[in-house]
Amino acid sequence: MEYEAVIGLEVHVQLKTHSKMFCGCATAFGAEPNTLVCPVCLGYPGVLPVMNAEAVRKTILSGLMLGCEIARFSKWDRKNYFYPDMPKNYQISQYDLPLCKGGRVGKFGITRIHLEEDVAKSFHFAETSGVDFNRAGTPLMEIVSEPDMRSPEDAFAYLTALKEVLIGGGVSDCDMEKGQLRCDANVSVRPVGEKKFGEKVEIKNMNSISGVRRALAYEIQRQIAAVKRGETIVQETRRWDDDTSVTSVMRTKEHAHDYRYFPEPDLMPVEVSAAWLAEIRRAVPELPEAKRRRFVAHYGLPEYDAEVLVADASVAAYYEQAAAGSKNPKAISNWVMTELLAKFAENTIAPAQLAELVAAIDAGQISGKQGKEVFAEMFATGKNAAVIIQEKGLAQLSDAGALEGLVDQALAANPKSVADFKAGNAAAINFLKGQVIKLSKGKANPQLAGEILARKLQG
Amino acid sequence: MSLHTLTVCQLRDKIRTGEVSSREATQSLLDRIATVDGKVKAYNWLNDDDALAQADAAKKDGALAGVPVAIKDVLNVEGQPCTCASKILQGYIAPYDATAVRKLREAGAILVGRTNMDEFAMGSSTENSSWGTTRNPWDLTRIPGGSSGGSAAAVAADEAFAALGSDTGGSIRQPAALCGCVGLKPTYGRVSRYGLVAFASSLDQIGPFTKDVRDAALLLGVISGHDPMDSTSVPRAVPDYVAALERGVKGLRIGLPKEYFIPGMDREVEAAVRTAIRQWESLGAEVVEISLPHTDYAVAVYYLIATAEASANLARFDGVRYGLRVKGDDVIDTYGKTRGAGFGSEVKRRIILGTYALSAGYYDAYYLRAQKVRTLIRRDFEKAFAKCDVIVTPTTPEVAFKAGEKSGDPLKMYLSDIFTISVNLAGICGVSVPCGFAHKLPVGLQIIGKAFDEETVLRTAHAYEQATAWHKERPVL
Repeated sequence: MEYEAVIGLEVHVQLKTHSKMFCGCATAFGAEPNTLVCPVCLGYPGVLPVMNAEAVRKTILSGLMLGCEIARFSKWDRKNYFYPDMPKNYQISQYDLPLCKGGRVGKFGITRIHLEEDVAKSFHFAETSGVDFNRAGTPLMEIVSEPDMRSPEDAFAYLTALKEVLIGGGVSDCDMEKGQLRCDANVSVRPVGEKKFGEKVEIKNMNSISGVRRALAYEIQRQIAAVKRGETIVQETRRWDDDTSVTSVMRTKEHAHDYRYFPEPDLMPVEVSAAWLAEIRRAVPELPEAKRRRFVAHYGLPEYDAEVLVADASVAAYYEQAAAGSKNPKAISNWVMTELLAKFAENTIAPAQLAELVAAIDAGQISGKQGKEVFAEMFATGKNAAVIIQEKGLAQLSDAGALEGLVDQALAANPKSVADFKAGNAAAINFLKGQVIKLSKGKANPQLAGEILARKLQG
Repeated sequence: MSLHTLTVCQLRDKIRTGEVSSREATQSLLDRIATVDGKVKAYNWLNDDDALAQADAAKKDGALAGVPVAIKDVLNVEGQPCTCASKILQGYIAPYDATAVRKLREAGAILVGRTNMDEFAMGSSTENSSWGTTRNPWDLTRIPGGSSGGSAAAVAADEAFAALGSDTGGSIRQPAALCGCVGLKPTYGRVSRYGLVAFASSLDQIGPFTKDVRDAALLLGVISGHDPMDSTSVPRAVPDYVAALERGVKGLRIGLPKEYFIPGMDREVEAAVRTAIRQWESLGAEVVEISLPHTDYAVAVYYLIATAEASANLARFDGVRYGLRVKGDDVIDTYGKTRGAGFGSEVKRRIILGTYALSAGYYDAYYLRAQKVRTLIRRDFEKAFAKCDVIVTPTTPEVAFKAGEKSGDPLKMYLSDIFTISVNLAGICGVSVPCGFAHKLPVGLQIIGKAFDEETVLRTAHAYEQATAWHKERPVL
């Protein structure tokens, strides 16, 4: 019997805000332990949470980018469980009225997006454990997918596309190594054609997108093998170990938490006004997929170029500025991809300068080869193309009158080639063209020289 | 006349004119405490040197310039212990000021000491304190009420010019009634809760204990107002409560809820309340009968909502970051041992009740149902206030009971808040003022007002107080 996997992902994303979700402490990675803390995020007696509106805004923005329905009325709930990384032993989260519902990442559906506070980070030493509360209270957005994925590759594609959207929107940097994006997976298997879902297993502790792919590949094989042996899959939570590349049981359903959710009495419900929603909607950036389509349609670029340029929002923006001032958007794309991309971070060339360089080549002022020389100089000095061409004496000889004299000289000095051409050897014109360029010390516009030669030889 | 018997307004005026210094007043108060608190046991913590140092540094122009105020042990005062009368917070020193406390400081008050209470404000007798029971100054064999029993007893015994307490189901009004002082529970959202160790977040409110209504109005004005640190505090201007006192009660409609004058109520208590009502009528107020039909459900609703919220609020006391830690074999064992040793039996009972009410499978039947009935109780008051301006009831069905009399029977104890609980559930305001004696013990009169209408409540109370002398009675110690 053939089996297929059913996968749903729960993605936690730390939002890029200056301060924490419910207090004024800074959010930063890598600070000395327990330095970015206050009575509120340490859960001291008597403190109260105050909502960070920017975090709500970024969650709504994410929802809009992902095509979600934005709740005009949302609220906060307490999720109760004891753990040392949880200052209050309850987490302020959203239970039945999340900020966003529905939505899509590519062909995969999103169930909901809600906002909550991150927990602290535990460290385990030889004899003791320690808790760093710097992370506690960081705004954390949870994006729950529909069980729409069928393979590790689907999950990989979902996460890659989701990350691209969130980074593009400035919502999060999504650096998994810094824990800014974390992913849990729910996976089950069933015979192909079966409509009912199998018992799902939750996998935790995957630290990279490729780790998610590896963990899923392992887990799907494990479940299929178990089912084929006649075993029953039980609902449980398993931990992925990236070093040994296996999942192992963390807890079973009998030990599942009863979180005893109830509405958070310390916070008012979130009411999203029409004006605020409209304001956030105006801030929605163009999504990568739409941008790629536009680059192909508007600039006439091949899909490959659009893909490469759009992959980095700042590269795409640079390209658009340069292309706006150019009659040759494809040439601009070539220059950006081949010359600029690798060292984009150190780039000093303004978009208009690149457009000017391309125009100089297109006008025949300099050759393509000379263009590279100009580009290198421009990159090093920041000077404009015209200045560099002038300083280096690179301008091509495109004056027909001056070129005619050189053509006449070349024809006079090479009677044999002239005779060859007239005898039907068309290639002889190339030799003559080379002679004209040589006489011009390389400056002759090759195309123009060719035209004059052809006219004189045929005339 | 000794300084410690003055009201806040009287003392403040003497300090302002330079007739008396804050140090003299503070010293007089400390002497009084030294004389009588061995019997009353109103305070958990005092620091004479600290209080006198504050007095010396006090400004002379604030609303409370140089006046010592006692603080219930549930409010954070930076640098002072904040134990909530619980072993689990023994030795804990508050790292910040509650907003209400900060406002007192800014008005020039001296934060003189910590008053005793039922552990985490859970109780009606102050017997649930880990640091011993406070006694009623009128009869030391009796309880002062609770949970703010220390604050009430301190004011009644002239051991405090005024005190702050907290009221979740009656914890200001009930002990004020039983000790014979004024106790005000403001509208939910009127006073910031920031720095008040939470019992039940949707019900808790900070309020003053004072010797008369004028002082209550003065203190309310100082501690009220929107606080960016408390999202449930309301951005609404703070009126001049003292100025509002003088408007009288002519034409005022006083509602008497028929459900509150119940069979089984102490006859002498009822008589005192009825006499008070006639007093208002003689001052030009009109009495109307009203109905609050869901009154019978209030206690049940309260003990579901309050315990549910408490079960989460008290989860933070786990021995990890502060307070008591009893080491166990692992972290779960440490939680169990710490909380087992740190919490008293009433606190444990309520955590268990609240945890149960929120559990999967029971939530709808208990917590959700209770919230729905809470809405009905709130509507009862809205409808009633269409017919009247204030509602008057006894604050408690009976006078102060004997220590130990109800401590073995939680249900009986819970019923001593039967007349005060609905006000918290509805989120409105209420004050208890002395209205005579029954069995030689103080009787309290409760005046309930609309949300954010403390002005009318206070002026009703003030008119009564001006016409009577009950508030001037003092216990002999």
